[in-house]
Amino acid sequence: MLKHRVIPCVLLKNWQLVKSIGFSSYRTIGHPTSTARIYNSRDVDELIVLDIDASLGDEEINLEIIADIADECFMPLTIGGNIRSLDDITAVLKAGADKVAINTKALQDSSFISSAARRFGSQCVVASIDVKKYGDSYIVYNQRLGDLHIDPLSKVLEYEALGAGEILLTSVDRDGSTLGYDMKLLHYFKNKLKIPVIINGGMGCPDHACEAVNAGADAVAAAYVFHFTQYTPNDIKRSLQSNGIPVRMN
Amino acid sequence: MSSNYIAVIDYHMGNLRSVEKAFQKLGARVVVTNDHELIAKADKIILPGVGAFSDGMKNLANLGLIELLNRVVIVEKKPILGICLGMQLFASSSREHGYNKGLGWLDAEVEKFDFSGINDVKIKIPHVGWNDIKLINFSSIYDGIINGLDFYFVHSFHMVAKQNIVTATSNYGYDFVASVKQENIHACQFHPEKSQQVGLRFLSNFMRGEC
Repeated sequence: MLKHRVIPCVLLKNWQLVKSIGFSSYRTIGHPTSTARIYNSRDVDELIVLDIDASLGDEEINLEIIADIADECFMPLTIGGNIRSLDDITAVLKAGADKVAINTKALQDSSFISSAARRFGSQCVVASIDVKKYGDSYIVYNQRLGDLHIDPLSKVLEYEALGAGEILLTSVDRDGSTLGYDMKLLHYFKNKLKIPVIINGGMGCPDHACEAVNAGADAVAAAYVFHFTQYTPNDIKRSLQSNGIPVRMN
Repeated sequence: MSSNYIAVIDYHMGNLRSVEKAFQKLGARVVVTNDHELIAKADKIILPGVGAFSDGMKNLANLGLIELLNRVVIVEKKPILGICLGMQLFASSSREHGYNKGLGWLDAEVEKFDFSGINDVKIKIPHVGWNDIKLINFSSIYDGIINGLDFYFVHSFHMVAKQNIVTATSNYGYDFVASVKQENIHACQFHPEKSQQVGLRFLSNFMRGEC
């Protein structure tokens, strides 16, 4: 049967890998290739790398570093960061990525999701969306566009209908907090989508991963926990497994 | 060039770099090519591929590779490993976008996953992610790989073949063929180049084994 995944999700900024807290306050994790090599040797299920220099500065994504990272990865690699055109996707895949994460462009023009899925296949297209609490509910947030008073679930359902293969759902409030994933957010999304949801933002310990999967997450993404606590991806998976959740334990 | 290299066939279908670097990591000399002479002189051949069956066959034909591969694989019996779409092209035919003829090396068909009989809304096509395999009919390509390990799959179609050539199955809604072997012809539905250590072991076995 298909396994639930534990996926490190890191940011590329200024030729270094960094971790944010609440989408600001960046701390350096390390050099991209050596960090990727360590993740590879830790046998992670997948790796997500988002080039935030590209997305914040509306610049070209750093293909050179992506190729270097891809060379270290013998597992699926998802790359995001200002992916705006089909040519951008072609270049990123050629550099060695297996999937692309599309965020800002999809908010500006959701038809890009369907063009990308048609050309490269849905399995290649990860629709990425960042979410903030707003009173009792949630709104979409984008670092370049600001607070967008759009219901994230409607947006994500739209992306699914347009052909996205997966959703990367990131909680801005929980980002780097180690307070656990936003359970209320997960419950809001539970059973509404047919495509997998990767929840991101807040993991501090293995229990958080178990809670999240039981609340409907298909995969859990994290970074802070792997770099600033003692937990490794395998610690998280061992905990999932002992809670009866199918994971890859090669 | 001495015949001590693996030829990865470039027929413009999918990410070749991952396959190339996997073999490089294993210490093999690898040539990514569609040059007839280089393919003919290779020690072993890889036919990778992601995409549509009809595009794959069309590209092979346009590059003049069908006759070459028939000679090198069927007559000369050079070891070949087909990966994902590559595996499917070894079949007689596929139902993808109508009826398409394959290379016909295996008495097998390619069909789309069909969950019409299954009541589970979560089973989506394509089948994407880590899934475990069940070993059937021992093959040395699985040397050192125990039953039940996970490999990375990403596909909407799968092979339907006679049991005697099946070396592993996986389960997604129902059991389906994960890999086959027929003399010098090997093929896998999963992506060993994306399946971490177990995938590299699989490729290493192909590389070093008496296939």
